[in-house]
Amino acid sequence: MSTQVTMVEAVGRALGQVLEEDPRAILLGEDIGVNGGVFRATAGLQERFGPDRVVDTPLSEAGFVGAAIGMCLVGLHPIVEIQFDAFVYPAFEQLASHAGRFRWRTNGAYGLPLVIRIPYGGGTKAPELHSDSPETLFSHTPGLRVVAPSDPLSAGEMLVAAAACGDPVIYMEPKRLYRRSRAEVPDRFQALSLDRAQVVRPGADVAILAHGAMVEVAMGAAEQLAAQGASARVVDLRCLYPLDRDTLLRTATEVGRVVVVHEAPRHSGLAAEVAAILQEEVADHLLAPVLRVTGMDMPFPLFQLEDQALPSAARVVSAARATLEY
Amino acid sequence: MMRELGAASDDLAPGAELMEGASTVLGLPSDRRRQALAGMGRPLVLELFAAMARLRAFDERAVILQRQGVIGTYPTYFGEEAVQAGSVLALEDRDWLFPTYRQNSVVVLRGCPPEVPLLLWRGNPAGWHDVQALHTAPVCVPVATNYPHAVGAAWGSRLLGEASVALAYGGDGSTSEGDFHEACNLAAVARAPVIFLVTNNQWAISTPLRLQTRVERIADKASAYGMPGVRVDGFDVFACHLAISEAAARARSGDGPTLVEAVGYRLGPHGTADEPSLYRDPESARRWDVWEPIGRAGKALVDAGLASADELAKLGADAAAEMREAGDRLQDFPVPSLEEVAARVYRDTPWTLGAEGLREPTFGEEG
Repeated sequence: MSTQVTMVEAVGRALGQVLEEDPRAILLGEDIGVNGGVFRATAGLQERFGPDRVVDTPLSEAGFVGAAIGMCLVGLHPIVEIQFDAFVYPAFEQLASHAGRFRWRTNGAYGLPLVIRIPYGGGTKAPELHSDSPETLFSHTPGLRVVAPSDPLSAGEMLVAAAACGDPVIYMEPKRLYRRSRAEVPDRFQALSLDRAQVVRPGADVAILAHGAMVEVAMGAAEQLAAQGASARVVDLRCLYPLDRDTLLRTATEVGRVVVVHEAPRHSGLAAEVAAILQEEVADHLLAPVLRVTGMDMPFPLFQLEDQALPSAARVVSAARATLEY
Repeated sequence: MMRELGAASDDLAPGAELMEGASTVLGLPSDRRRQALAGMGRPLVLELFAAMARLRAFDERAVILQRQGVIGTYPTYFGEEAVQAGSVLALEDRDWLFPTYRQNSVVVLRGCPPEVPLLLWRGNPAGWHDVQALHTAPVCVPVATNYPHAVGAAWGSRLLGEASVALAYGGDGSTSEGDFHEACNLAAVARAPVIFLVTNNQWAISTPLRLQTRVERIADKASAYGMPGVRVDGFDVFACHLAISEAAARARSGDGPTLVEAVGYRLGPHGTADEPSLYRDPESARRWDVWEPIGRAGKALVDAGLASADELAKLGADAAAEMREAGDRLQDFPVPSLEEVAARVYRDTPWTLGAEGLREPTFGEEG
């Protein structure tokens, strides 16, 4: 049996699966109960599992992320919804000063089985501070894992894996893709590895590395490049910390030209890390400099300007061409 | 010059006005005080005294070890032994403690060897205690961030149908932080069986209470969250034990959180790197020494005929020996390698913390 679902439906199904299979799993967040979450990711779950397992919290990100840490100590497995990307900032101290340090503070004995879900990114014509891409704040914070799915199947599989991980996982949901398309998913998700990237389009002339909503942009760029006679390999990074080193090195070695795309600001972004790893480890195999197509080092603009700020297929094509013509 | 500590309980003029509304045992008229102590029973009052003696001995040993260079900067808690001993002994082993750096040795009262917290201040990872065995969270360094953890542990245990309680420690300064507010609010909404134990010692390093908050009593903050706020004499181990026992009973019976303000005064410095004479008058601070909790409790126990001065002195001497011996063992603990510690950050250590990630690559050699 399988069904066609959107990404946000896949998230909801994965949450339902975790609540069903793990009696210690508990969901916390703002408006996630009767309302089913502002994106409806948790629609119907409170009705199925009750208000003690799908818990509406006060507006208190530091409070309920901190409480989720305490719940882990007594044996619960909390999955927290942050309503919008920038709303996680008040909870940053709890994540950086506590969640990421807890296993280390117990000499490896006890981890926190904690998942923080963050709908993130631009392209939805949202108000200010509803379009940020803060993943690098977390990939630069020791002790956390950071992942971002790009389609309904990987969304379900990675969420199930995050819930079973045993360490805190920042699960970044590209909300622009929540209802973009439907895809076939199984009745029960299998846990997907949390340290593997996925080649989503084969190609040999240039590699485009992206995550979240930018995978779709990269795929669009690959189509255009194909029409121009260039074969682009698209790699969905999926795991942002740790990055999949083997796939990065193999891709760069085999293809030689690499473009990295993200909508987060450019400076100290993930693309900088990817470029640094590649030049440190496989510089001899690079046929051109690694190029970045990213958001700008400015607050994410108000939405009449967001299409200019977000990486587009045209910008990715242009960067890919630059590496091909280097 | 010797400090005259722990005056007879009828000579507590300095600061007495701050204790207004604070529950007390040692501040009762002498006949009622004797009666109350007898009611608690000799085993319990001696256990409370012995716990304070061990905390004091730990603190004094830690300061000596810091002066000797055996441990690093250390946050002394001289004078706060009553709050710590009274609260730990009022709870059961299944209950959770969320200490800050100021309560860094309360794990010792739960059976942890004293060298463990001393090793933490020596900078050795062997200083991290066993959180699950002791039901005590790691010492929390960022102020007020342990309050939400206690709420979650308490709330979680209620959801799991267990009747365990969580207690979070903090100071007057912590109540200005956002996490204090969020934790109190969430605890009240969730009816979490949690106790917020705020030791109001009037100082946050150099910042006096009047620059910290406009309320005169920290317990008053509880009313904003719809939970009870109580005040207790923080220099009175017996009163602290009773106040925390009552708050724990409330929590266990499903009535939710309590804010307990333990009223006191910081008799010592903030820590070994602090020089209080830069910001407060040493002479007026000294006037508070008469409240010192161990001398004060001891005099009351002798007065009530519940203990002899010799027997109390022996408890102090035994504790001092225990902590001196613990301090002597610190240098025997090996320091793990950085690679070993890197493998304790994640359950499944990522490549970034393995051989490929920890060191700079080399060129020109095979393997």
